[in-house]
Amino acid sequence: MTSLIPDLLNPSFPILAIILLAPLFGALIAGLDRRITARMQGRIGPPILQPFYDVIKLLRKDPIVVNRIQVVYAFLHLAFMVLALLLLVLGQDSLMFLFIFAFSTLSLVLGGMCVRSPYSRIGSQREIILMVAYEPILILLMIGMYLANGNFLLASPLSANHPMLQTLPLLFIALLVVIAIKLQKSPFDIATSHHAHQEIIKGLTIEYSGPYLAIIEIAHLYEIALLFYLVMLFWASNLILGGLLALAVFFLMTVVDNAFARLTTIWTFRFMWTGALVLALTNVLWLYL
Amino acid sequence: MSPIPKLSKSPWVVHFNCNSCNGCDIEFLACLTPIYDLERFGILHVGNPKHADVLVVTGSVNHRNARVLRNVYDQMPDPRVVVAFGVCSSTGGIFADGYNVLGGIDKVIPVDVFVPGCPPRPEAMIDGIVQAAVILESRRTAAITSVSASQGCITRIPAPPPVAVESV
Repeated sequence: MTSLIPDLLNPSFPILAIILLAPLFGALIAGLDRRITARMQGRIGPPILQPFYDVIKLLRKDPIVVNRIQVVYAFLHLAFMVLALLLLVLGQDSLMFLFIFAFSTLSLVLGGMCVRSPYSRIGSQREIILMVAYEPILILLMIGMYLANGNFLLASPLSANHPMLQTLPLLFIALLVVIAIKLQKSPFDIATSHHAHQEIIKGLTIEYSGPYLAIIEIAHLYEIALLFYLVMLFWASNLILGGLLALAVFFLMTVVDNAFARLTTIWTFRFMWTGALVLALTNVLWLYL
Repeated sequence: MSPIPKLSKSPWVVHFNCNSCNGCDIEFLACLTPIYDLERFGILHVGNPKHADVLVVTGSVNHRNARVLRNVYDQMPDPRVVVAFGVCSSTGGIFADGYNVLGGIDKVIPVDVFVPGCPPRPEAMIDGIVQAAVILESRRTAAITSVSASQGCITRIPAPPPVAVESV
């Protein structure tokens, strides 16, 4: 179980199904998000399938490339995101998962850094600061999961008798903030956002266009699926309750997105290294003692 | 009916103010508000021509901004369409006789849809973008046909040649 290769070669694991279904799930979530956001603002909003239309439209546009390495980073971003999702769903080593997940975001940052647009550079720098802000929480989460389950395998919450939410309640709250950052929700939509025209246009992804932007969008759909699976792990002993938990988190994210204005990067950093980090550390210490 | 969703389902708009008095711009921003809600057509207002499918231009074109307008247009990936909002971007409007004014934006870039008015009503603007989005799909199909006809050599849909703009 600890070795990665035999599991991936075992045909009983539905790797292909995960790779195919995860972006569809992510797109539905994103579509619902846009619709609910619109309703909260008193608008009608786009069709729920709108993210599908957007991605397919982008794939059908002509490619424009600023430099070739930019394309490589877009594909690396997607590849590492898919790999991170597979590691998570197949219940592999949590530290390896963290590493791969971080490298996926890092590829995006490098892709934003390899072009000359100042907006892209600013977006990348902000993304780096965001990473510095949320990575400690994720590492503490994995340590907390180790203390709760006795090993670093992501499969162990699935076989536990009681929900992980009982033992890691404060870490769960800290994780919610991390999810808000990763989903690019206000007040954390700092590095790249559809709503920040005047400030950084589109930040990180400004120099990507057409099919290569679609690659990044697809990677984000995988990321959405990954984050909600991570939430479900907190009530993995009962998958219906786990699903309800994920649904509640989804609704909370939409409400928070509509209720807050975008704040500054340094504010996010301070908030994460004070509030969220103290919550996570308290939980870990409480388990350790 | 093709199983592939049409490009017209997700037109992303970039808005360029080309010497406009801001009247049309304010009306266009009204389209994004909850009363008119452009997003229900899948239309997103992006700030970046590289992400956009539809270029919305307000105001007449003059010697100074013709180059900028052309630059914004050139950065958009094909297929792309241009919508001229307001009478100024269509013909030059009341500024047409100005010594520095070249006229409508069709003097510089090919325009697909004209939405006249001073300013046009938001309903007319939304209608203009939706009509332009339909052209988007036909342009993609035509581009693919012309690729296969010319055996792999991508040819754009013939656009009217831009009028030479003397620099200031």
